[in-house]
Amino acid sequence: MATKEIAGSMVDVNEEGFLTDFGQWNEAIAEVIAAEEGIEEMSDRHWEVIKHLQDYYKENGALPSIRKMKKSGVVDTKELYTLFPGGPLKKSSRIAGLKKPESCI
Amino acid sequence: MKKLLILGAGTAGTMMVNHLNRKLNKNEWKITVVDQHKTHYYQPGFLFIPFDTYTEKDVIKTKKQFIPKSVEYIEKAIEVIEHDKNNVVLKDGTNLSYDILIIATGSKIVPDEVDGLADEGWHKNVFDFYTIEGATALRDKLKTWEGGKFIVHLTEMPIKCPVAPLEFIMLADAFFHKKGIREKVEMTYITPLSGAFTKQNCSNVLGYLLDDKKINMVSDFDVELVNEQENFIQSYDEKKVNYDLLVTIPTNMGDDVIERSGLGDDLNFVPTHKHTLQSKKKENIFVIGDATDLPSSKAGSVAHFQAEVLTKNIMKFINEKELVQEFDGHANCFIESGFGKAFLIDFNYDVEPVEGTFPLPLVGPFSLLKETRINHIGKLAFKYIYWNMLLKGLPMPGITTQMSKLGKKI
Repeated sequence: MATKEIAGSMVDVNEEGFLTDFGQWNEAIAEVIAAEEGIEEMSDRHWEVIKHLQDYYKENGALPSIRKMKKSGVVDTKELYTLFPGGPLKKSSRIAGLKKPESCI
Repeated sequence: MKKLLILGAGTAGTMMVNHLNRKLNKNEWKITVVDQHKTHYYQPGFLFIPFDTYTEKDVIKTKKQFIPKSVEYIEKAIEVIEHDKNNVVLKDGTNLSYDILIIATGSKIVPDEVDGLADEGWHKNVFDFYTIEGATALRDKLKTWEGGKFIVHLTEMPIKCPVAPLEFIMLADAFFHKKGIREKVEMTYITPLSGAFTKQNCSNVLGYLLDDKKINMVSDFDVELVNEQENFIQSYDEKKVNYDLLVTIPTNMGDDVIERSGLGDDLNFVPTHKHTLQSKKKENIFVIGDATDLPSSKAGSVAHFQAEVLTKNIMKFINEKELVQEFDGHANCFIESGFGKAFLIDFNYDVEPVEGTFPLPLVGPFSLLKETRINHIGKLAFKYIYWNMLLKGLPMPGITTQMSKLGKKI
């Protein structure tokens, strides 16, 4: 755990650069993290996915799986990969200020 | 006479039957349990069947022998839960009305959820080990298999016993060594997660294991399809991995009756209050074990801890008292790592697995997050504990329902 300055705010992050306190998240921070993840510009579609993840997390206390994202109607799997190439759930959850998808160990 | 109805006589349902049979006033309450299947499987033992360490006789007993005689046991399939009428309809048309319903219908693998998985290679060179059929078919295959590309693959979370795929690949490594063919086997672990270990602490302490065992790792792999004509597995971003022998953990889902009854989420798991185990839909419906949508692990130890809390809450509910918020997500799991060793993890909703001793501070005898021989002996002893104590709803000495922080490096 460490404190780091992102987009002019001091935030708590874990070893992998995920925010540990969602209360510290804002859109400016999201844009900086997105750039670190190789996403030059956050489009409306990016933001819709981020918003959906945050809403889902708020309601369920966990991240949706790729399957749930597909069924949500917000974005299909191919587009999700186009928006967040590499590891879409891991990248989008980091940008959203949430935890990464985890197992118990 | 009031009626308490339990759906499912697996690990969780059987424990609830035994707890409540001791607690409920038999002049006021009638307990009924419904399950269509005759056989009770010791599911943790499925892990050992492919390597011929356990045989069918280690993991099979009849469900009936664990249900007290004073409880009504109906061996029939369930058609639908009519939750607005407090009624359950069985496949043969029988109606069972209830005052309190406990859903313990578990979870199961659904290979059809991945395109091509249940195709021509299924149980020929593509296997699961989450069913008795899969585990025994894999055992027979491994007897004559001479080596090649060997994949262990996790489709998506959540799954029953989240550590099982990792245990399986480590036991397979030891098995191939013992057989003298390890150098002819190229082993790869494929996961949709960021790695074999997703918690920083576990990764720090255990990250060496797969490297040491020369097991390749493919992470962030979300499977789109399996091609069983050409023997490869492909992700949505078009990564392809070839296999000769694929062992996969397919999508896990709750029972179809949950979907038919409109009680589940998109994986047919029942939305449940995480500390009380009451369903979110109806006050007189409670949910336990793998059937819940809770972020706790789907495992027998979790069902055991849940059963103790749920028993309290059923009594509170009957007496019109406030429910206790006592289920903390506690799980306790041995993890086999091969060559007669295992490690042990103990955690809950809020506290990740850490190092230390268990159940007694300093004394143990088990070590947390550390590979030891005695942990392996604990894992083997668990079969006896499961059949003789756990299913009967007896407390495990020294192990508390809520996770203890004593003896842990927190």
